[in-house]
Order: sequence, then C-alpha cells, then structure tokens
Amino acid sequence: ETLASERERVIERSAMAEKGEDVKLLGFWASPFTRRVEMALKLKGVPYDYLEQDIVNKSPLLLQLNPVYKKVPVLVHKGKHIPESHLILEYIDQTWKQNPILPQDPYEKAMALFWAKFVDEQVGPVGFKAVVKAEKGIEVAIEEARELFTFLEKEVTGKDFFGGKTLGFLDMVAGSMIPFCIARSWEGMGIDMIPEDKFPELNRWIKNLKEVEIVRECIPPKEKQIEHMKKVAERIKSA
Amino acid sequence: MPHRSNIGKRINVSHPILLSFLTHSHAPKLSVSDKMASGEVKLIGAWASPFVMRPRVALNLKSVPYEFLQETFGSKSELLLKSNPVHKKIPVLLHADKPVCESNIIVEYIDETWSSSGPSLLPSLPYDRAMARFWAAYIDEKWFVALRNFLKAEGEEEKKAVIAEFEEGNALLEKAFIDCSKGKPFFNGDHIGYLDISLGSFLAWLRVTELAASYKLLDEAKTPSLCKWADHFCNDPAVKPVMPETAKLAEFAKKIFAKPQA
Repeated sequence: ETLASERERVIERSAMAEKGEDVKLLGFWASPFTRRVEMALKLKGVPYDYLEQDIVNKSPLLLQLNPVYKKVPVLVHKGKHIPESHLILEYIDQTWKQNPILPQDPYEKAMALFWAKFVDEQVGPVGFKAVVKAEKGIEVAIEEARELFTFLEKEVTGKDFFGGKTLGFLDMVAGSMIPFCIARSWEGMGIDMIPEDKFPELNRWIKNLKEVEIVRECIPPKEKQIEHMKKVAERIKSA
Repeated sequence: MPHRSNIGKRINVSHPILLSFLTHSHAPKLSVSDKMASGEVKLIGAWASPFVMRPRVALNLKSVPYEFLQETFGSKSELLLKSNPVHKKIPVLLHADKPVCESNIIVEYIDETWSSSGPSLLPSLPYDRAMARFWAAYIDEKWFVALRNFLKAEGEEEKKAVIAEFEEGNALLEKAFIDCSKGKPFFNGDHIGYLDISLGSFLAWLRVTELAASYKLLDEAKTPSLCKWADHFCNDPAVKPVMPETAKLAEFAKKIFAKPQA
C-alpha cells in the first residue's frame, strides 16, 4: 500500500470515529466465527473495539446482547446488536460500501451463501468433531471429511480466491474455519487431511490467503490454538 | 385449471388463467430487456414440503411463471441428484438451468433477480435485513426442530418438555413480529416477505400436528399477534394455491410417520 492510501485510511478512520460510528465486537480469540468478522472490518477499514469474551463464564453483556444463542461474535453498531457471523458479514458489507465482500450478481451471491452454509454446517463438524469422535474409526472419518473437501476443491479450481481475484465472503468463512481453525486440530492429531497431491487447488488457495495482510492479522497464534483445539477435542470425547 | 401433463408429474403454472389468479392485480410487467430475470424457471420440489413452499410463494409474489417438477416421495430423480449433488434435497430452483439450493437462499435469489417485479421480500435497511435473516434461521434451527420433536415425543414428561421449549420459541417470535411488523400485518410490513414466508411455510404442518396431538400449538391467548398474522398469511393470494390442505397433509403425515410393522 502506498503512503498516500494509508494516509487516506487514517483520515477516514478518524472521520468515522467522529461521526460516532463506534463499532464494538464481542469475540473469542480462537473462534473462527469471530475472526472472520475481524477480517471483514479490517478489509473495510472500519475501526472497532474488540471485547474478548469468556465463553465458559459468559458476561452479563454477552447474555444481554445475544439472549437467544448466548454466543460470540456479536457486533454492536449505533446501539444495534447483530449476532451470527454470516449476518454480521452481510451487515458490514451493506453498511460500509467500500471493498465489497459479497458478490453483486444474485446467482454468484446465492452460491457464496450456499457454500458458506456448507462450510459451517457440514465441513466444520465433519472435519473436526466427527474426526475427534471417529465413531466408525479414524479412516472412515477422514474419508468422509475428504468427500466434503472435494466439493470445495472443485469450487476454488482456477481461481485465486473463492471470491475470484480478491478475498470475499466465502474466503473469510472458509479461511477462518479451515486452515486457521480445524486444520490446527488435524495438526494436533497428526492427520494430513488435505494433502497437496490430493487437494492442489485448496492448498494453493491457502497459500494465497496467507499472503493477504488482513488475513494474517486475524489468524489465531498457532501453538496456542493447537493446544486449545486439543482441549476442545477432549471435551468432545468425554461428552 | 392447471394443465396436467400426462408425461411425468409436471404442473405447468404458466397457463394464463392460473397465472392471473396467482398474481397481484397491480404487479408490474416483467421487463423483457431485463437480462438478469430472463431464462426459464423450474422448481424441483414436492407439494407437502414446507421448504418447497417457500420459493413457490416468492415466485407467486413476483409473478414469475415456473414449471413445477414434482419429486416422487421416497425416491430422488436424476435431475435432483445432478442439480444438488451436495445435499440431494429439495427445493432446487433452476433458472436458465443454473441450480440454486437451500430454500431461504432461493427466496433471496428470487427477490434480487426479479427486483423490479412485485414487492421487496427483504427490508432495505441493513439491520432490519439482518433481523429478518436471524429469525428465519432461528425458525429452521430451533422452532421447527421443537415442532418436529413434539411430533416424536413419547410420554407425558417428554411432551411437557417439548411444549415448554416450543412455547418459549413462540414467545420470542411474537415479540419479533411486533418489532419487525411495526403495526403492519406482516413481518415484512404491508406485504409478505422473506420472514413471513419462512415461518408461514410451516403453518400447514403446525395444523396437522395440532390435530394429531389435540393441542393448540399456536394459541390466541398466548400469541395473539402471531395468530392474526397466520390468518393474513394463509389468506394471501400468493399463498393459498400452494399451501397444502390440512386434511390431505394429515393423510400424508399418517403414511410417512406410520410405524413399521414389527
């Protein structure tokens, strides 16, 4: 980035702060759902206050702002509070128009929403929880997870990012969930879930992600997260 | 009367008389030059599915003619498997042969593609949109699950627990309705929208469950606004033709939930 554009961003940020555009984000450092919201806020150049939450002993603030699900992340903006990471990403995209996150074309947008739902509702649980539990044995668990990754491999083929030339909604969702969350659990378990020879496109996408500054700023520290995922795995196994 | 093809189970709803019955009297004509909206529209689904009902209501609200491709219960067509290889589920919208899956995503797609036709299905303000989507997701993830659990519940204790959960959800939705509708008849205001469709599509199944259990799940005393809303929803011309008849649905429910012979 040039000095001029960096200066523009600083000016814009102070203008926003003056307008009372106070944005607060309640989150948890290891939560992919929180991290993707941070990616979006950084992409848009929106300054925000980050409030780290204890997700075991939940604060009165969290319970007040997300009474239905009692979960992070929650975005607070102009007195309104928005839960659920997908909703927050879309809210951010519609409120701050620079650097669009979601595709403009209705069909492309529908695809992005579809795959994002697939990542969070299928890939996440099958790629992590099911592997930890390995009810039918670890080999089967890995095979079933890889079946899902095959869909994503196809989706990103020939593209720098799921969003095309630049980072988009699905990249933030899949990026926060896969390489920078559940992959840390695979590393902890000694599993090579998406080897380069079987998933060249996904691996290329991960390399591309790591080169984006705002993504790098939103990756939980590796060793700390591997330990965290091990603890979560223990809880799952003993449940 | 809908023209019923002898080949397969397709119902052609682009028949002029049926279409005029379905549309609002002052819906603007579709612009022929509207590139986004051009292309044949088909919907793979089944009459009894609440998820399938959602895009049907949306297409009616937008006056979009479509071919309804009914799946046979118990089997999945080649077209369905090809169009939704990930989930292999209905509904699937095919627009110029491009598939769109997941009922709420389809409704949003319909709203954006035919934006110049009929009412807007989603609010325009970002926060209001977020809330509409939030409650729609809640309805699928929590409310409907409680309804399904009620059907499956055995024994007094389990039934009591499920009812409590369900009524808690109803109370939330009653409040959400008051917040979203701002005094108007629908969650979306003057016209049916995304959230109305998401909840309204379950009303027929709700009625069937009430009959089977002899229990009022939607009670005027507890959720007066929701009950009024339900009435408005069911009587809307975009909804009536695609809302399953309670008796027919009850028969169907008996068939699919019949316990297998020991």
